[in-house]
Amino acid sequence: MSYLNSQDIHQFRNRILSISGEDASKCIQCGKCTAGCPISPEMDVQPNQILRLIQVNDPDTLLRCSTIWICASCQTCSVRCPEEIDIAKIMDSIRKLALEAKGPLGEENVVKFDEIFLDSIRKRGRVHELELVMKYNLALRRPFKDAQLGPVMFARGKLGFLGHKIKELGKIKEIFQNSKRLLKP
Amino acid sequence: MQVGYYPGCSLESSAKEFDLSIRAILREMKISLKDIPDWNCCGASPAHYLNEELAMALPYRNLVKAEEAGLDQVISPCPACYSHLKHVHEEVLKQTHLADRLGAIVGKKYGGGIVSKHLLDFIKQDIGFDRLKSSLKAPLSRLKVVSYYGCLTRLPGVHIDDMENPTLMDEVVNAMGGEALEWSHKTECCGASLSVSRTEIALRLVNSILEAAQDKSADCIAVVCPLCQSNLDTRQGDIHKHYGKNYGIPILYLSQLIGLAQKLDYSQLGLDRLVIPPKNLLIEKGILEK
Amino acid sequence: MTESSHDENIELMTYAEVVDVKGFVGNFDVTIRKKPRYVDMTKCTGCGLCTEKCPTKVLSEWNLDMGMRKSIYKPFGQAVPNVPVIDTEHCLFFTKGRCKICQKLCPAGAVDYEQKEELVTKKFGAIIVATGFTQFDPSVYGEYGAGKFKDVITGLHLERMLDTSGPTGGHVVRPSDQREPKNIVFIQCVGSRDESKGRPYCSRICCMYTAKQAILLKDHYPETQSYIFYIDIRAAGKNYEEFVKRAQREYGAIYIRGRVSKIYEKGNKLIVRGVDTLAGRQVEVEADLVVLATAVVPQPDAIELAKILNIPYDQYGFYSEAHPKLQPVESVTKGIFLTGSCQFPKDIPDSVATTGAASVRACEILSKDELILDPKVAFVNSDICSGCLNCVEVCPFNAIESTQVNGKTVAQVIPTLCHGCGNCASTCRTSAANVQGFTDDQIYAQVASVFEILKKENLLELSE
Repeated sequence: MSYLNSQDIHQFRNRILSISGEDASKCIQCGKCTAGCPISPEMDVQPNQILRLIQVNDPDTLLRCSTIWICASCQTCSVRCPEEIDIAKIMDSIRKLALEAKGPLGEENVVKFDEIFLDSIRKRGRVHELELVMKYNLALRRPFKDAQLGPVMFARGKLGFLGHKIKELGKIKEIFQNSKRLLKP
Repeated sequence: MQVGYYPGCSLESSAKEFDLSIRAILREMKISLKDIPDWNCCGASPAHYLNEELAMALPYRNLVKAEEAGLDQVISPCPACYSHLKHVHEEVLKQTHLADRLGAIVGKKYGGGIVSKHLLDFIKQDIGFDRLKSSLKAPLSRLKVVSYYGCLTRLPGVHIDDMENPTLMDEVVNAMGGEALEWSHKTECCGASLSVSRTEIALRLVNSILEAAQDKSADCIAVVCPLCQSNLDTRQGDIHKHYGKNYGIPILYLSQLIGLAQKLDYSQLGLDRLVIPPKNLLIEKGILEK
Repeated sequence: MTESSHDENIELMTYAEVVDVKGFVGNFDVTIRKKPRYVDMTKCTGCGLCTEKCPTKVLSEWNLDMGMRKSIYKPFGQAVPNVPVIDTEHCLFFTKGRCKICQKLCPAGAVDYEQKEELVTKKFGAIIVATGFTQFDPSVYGEYGAGKFKDVITGLHLERMLDTSGPTGGHVVRPSDQREPKNIVFIQCVGSRDESKGRPYCSRICCMYTAKQAILLKDHYPETQSYIFYIDIRAAGKNYEEFVKRAQREYGAIYIRGRVSKIYEKGNKLIVRGVDTLAGRQVEVEADLVVLATAVVPQPDAIELAKILNIPYDQYGFYSEAHPKLQPVESVTKGIFLTGSCQFPKDIPDSVATTGAASVRACEILSKDELILDPKVAFVNSDICSGCLNCVEVCPFNAIESTQVNGKTVAQVIPTLCHGCGNCASTCRTSAANVQGFTDDQIYAQVASVFEILKKENLLELSE
């Protein structure tokens, strides 16, 4: 049971507005976003419900849902929204807030995958796909998932065993060090 | 004609055939490619929520390196790379404080002179259909092709075709002598990176795309995105396990189809790297000799 | 319509358009272009032989291209007057100099290819604008496939099919294969309530006509099932809410709350992918026919007409009323009244009501010999006026004209058109233009006396 506290009711909406520039209060809950979302069947909170929960100030549900992590950023919702709300951008903003809150995440493995991805870039300047998939499956303690793809991919020359390191690797490390996460208050 | 080139990480490994075929067909049309020297990963999907400045700085460095090398146009085959380069370029021109900040992070300022192009708009605007047609050696003898665009036309910064009903790929297919079929799943999402983290979702989406292609009796699906190609091609085995469906539909890069029409070498176009092999289909259609 | 064509106090000028309006309330000079029908209305008996024998076939606009008509035709059966018109773009005589069958066969000798257009200018005391509306073109929604998929139609197309004198003789069929549909999906708010398509307003009539169509369909074809995707149900008239409930309770219509995101073809069916926000999930409906309730939009030439009439319009092209609550049937220009959907979407009771109101307001003008106007109008002192005519440019009501006084060009306000807004007064460099009761001198005097009082009471703080 959630209480709509009149003092805080705009709080989360204002937060999302300042991070993303998108105003959730424009949403009239027509549902076109959910209607077109390819991942909707597997989402615990539907896209229109995400907007609704922002409107009624329920960060708890939003920061813990798995929806924001399995969103594929296909932009279908954003381009079809009649109020021209960039819903994909709002999903991104909630992802940022979820990380900042440091609580339990709806889908831990997606963040894990993305972190390994970025780490690969930091170490090489580019993503080494074989290393990425292997490290990821190891981290999830299922080292043999997708293993049956291995021989086929190898036979087709799709598995670059060596991976590439760019020359200005120092520059990349510098870029990683200098870049800040930009969450505005 | 020389033009810049930004392959992106996938084209170096799992999407090598996209890289090979693009280089081959452009070479055939006397267009030489100059890779951005020492390019880095564009940051793709993970960066923009994990670290906003990093998400912009990584593509920014590529723009800087491209300018340093004296390039003005850069072809980015991967839709995500293309979107990032284009989007950063647009944002940097709009907001000077962002330009300053990124210049400080990367250690060098970008002058705003790079025009990013996707293969499709490069073909339409810079090569033109006439020149493309004149490079044909043999038409694709009524190969029935459905063109799969994925989310390309909707990505931030990308304004190359109609968002709901793109036709550029179909126009190229028809120009190559193939038969571009209309179908329902042109722009339906393939699941993207969920293929690794939530495979069952990607399988559901890939299954409906393949089913729609099969409903139209398509011979093959043409794609222009490494991730789409990977999902539609490499996962057909898993589809068979989960859904009991054996589609066997080859998934070819548009550049490979162009290369076939130009009668370029099979392995030069990376056709031997596709998981669902197209060889029998192509022989059957008289595009390849036995 | 027939009654009005026979009334001795009404002159019905059909196939004619207003091309110019000069003058002002009570004294409008209206120029009307009467287009040639190429059929003499005084001779034609309406027997219809010409139409029957005409060899050409043209897509019928009245039937939304779902049927054919001839080049010599009446748009629909009950058209007034009961006289056909020749479509010169398709008529074999006008395009190729051949045929002439209609003229040969007409028993009254009424076909006259030599007819010319006529321009008449007449005086009128008042003008009532009732130019109505048209449909929004849904093909801009690429995701819906309107214009591409034959079985995605609009509510108006369905109306034509339900009409027994329509192109399908009253049978509702799928345009693609002429078979009867089983599952029909209605989609509300196509083009309406949509910022991204530039029309955030509600078109008012669609919820009700969709419910009506669902009821009629079930009544004529008991095996059909209707699904209606809506966002809100707007049923704010007498018995309206009860009507919509009947559609749900007695006629089995399934109302699904949510917009539709995509329509695509699967085999010979249409898959409608929408959402049920109340159940909290995406839904897909396999439809035989999809009916879009498209937005009500002004006629394509609404703005052109507004410029001729000199009446203002809003950002959508709907004509502006003088006051949204207190003067809903009067345009800002005195003497010109608005009724029906040209002002904003209306249903039939509202259209009838506003027409009655506009007529009474018009009669108010016609019943008097003199009109009493608000005295707070502008005037120009021709002695001071420099003749720059800047005020003419800034007057929003075209109420100032240039005239000659003692050989000098000066501005002159037409008091009947003036609304006393003061634009001219503030623009005038020489202070020649002023609003009565608010002249510059009067305002200065007011300000000066306030300062006098403040100075006396030591309340003025002057800077150094």
